[in-house]
Amino acid sequence: MTRPAEDRILFNHNHDGIDRRGFLKCMAWAGTGALCVVRGGVLQSFALNDPAARHAKGQLSFVQISDSHMGFNKPANPDVSATLKAAVDKINALPIPPEFILHTGDISHLSKPAEFDNVDQILKAAPAKEVFFVPGEHDVLEDEGAQYRERYGKNTKGAGWYSFDKNGVHLIGLVNVMNLKAGGLGSLGSEQLEWLEADVKYLSHSTPIIVFAHIPLWTIYPDWGWGTDDSAQALSHLKKFGSVTVLNGHIHQTMQKVEGNITFHTACSTAFPQPKPGEAPSPGPVKVPAEQLRSLLGLTRVDLVRGKHSLAVTDSSLA
Amino acid sequence: MRKFQLSVTGEIALVLLLTATLGLPLRWAAAADTNPSGAEVSIDNFRFTPQEIKVKAGTAVIWTNRDDIPHTVTSTDSVFKSKTLDTDDKFTTTFTKTGTYSYFCSIHPKMTGKVIVE
Repeated sequence: MTRPAEDRILFNHNHDGIDRRGFLKCMAWAGTGALCVVRGGVLQSFALNDPAARHAKGQLSFVQISDSHMGFNKPANPDVSATLKAAVDKINALPIPPEFILHTGDISHLSKPAEFDNVDQILKAAPAKEVFFVPGEHDVLEDEGAQYRERYGKNTKGAGWYSFDKNGVHLIGLVNVMNLKAGGLGSLGSEQLEWLEADVKYLSHSTPIIVFAHIPLWTIYPDWGWGTDDSAQALSHLKKFGSVTVLNGHIHQTMQKVEGNITFHTACSTAFPQPKPGEAPSPGPVKVPAEQLRSLLGLTRVDLVRGKHSLAVTDSSLA
Repeated sequence: MRKFQLSVTGEIALVLLLTATLGLPLRWAAAADTNPSGAEVSIDNFRFTPQEIKVKAGTAVIWTNRDDIPHTVTSTDSVFKSKTLDTDDKFTTTFTKTGTYSYFCSIHPKMTGKVIVE
């Protein structure tokens, strides 16, 4: 992939030095495994195996994986261990090792201890010092999430929400898969929303914010439960920030949306694909020819460049 | 050759047997709705089918998960709640009191159903 001939801001609609139209154009290349880096408001893109990518080191670089569904063994993917291992291999092949990994939930398929153990074992081979989790609805079956919190929820509040800082970036893990109401979508609940408001109250508005949760925090397709009933309240607490990135899973395909200062992004699953909204009678696992499966599974890389608050979000498949 | 001849008792017995056999399919057809031996709901494609089922008080309803994803059967008024049902797992509960019982899948809450007990 060659560098654009003119490295300058072409569109600056929000007067913040961010060329969003160019950013979205760059993200369209993401499916081929490109690394897009925002530096000084200008986009540069590198193929993941381009040596120049090594010098695109930024302020923060991490990987998001999602929906490993360990324990699933139906025709859509009879070996979810193998595809999770393939995702770890991809992470190991990155030119810059990620500082940490975010897992946005549905770690297990049936909340069984052996399923969680298996994921932990496979992730040990990843080149990241830490893995941070949020639960999916498949991780909190039977016990209101007690086992999930025992394994991954030390130092979290309530159902397992928490925040932490990395290199000047404030990351917030939210839980929207508990106490779901009949006919409803995902739910954060008032206790968590109050915690969130307090958590960000004294942060400077130039602090880059990353929010991660399992079910999308914007309404993608309500008929299939792809949305969160009370996400608007959560996002209202983040209005003051210049850069907010929301990372979600649950829908087993990549989607993105930019709304003001908020960029929403969903990741692929490492286990099985799901249909696009409305393109099937239900959001169940999609069976594809075996040789196509890995091209529909994937992981996401996120980079923040020093001096700039916009994050580059790049997806690559397992093919 | 001896003529085959039923005795009177034998003929009556034969008639009764035929009647019973003919009557049986009708009773089986009604079983899904009103037979106390069980009414069935199938879970497939993120749906409860039939979504609304009418049964007489004292009937057991049996849910079978035929989907390739786990689901639960959870009453909205905390009257009953199944364990997580994987593919081919079943859940049964007997409805002794009349009324309308709404339920949903606690994992995929957009899936809803109703049992109307008469």
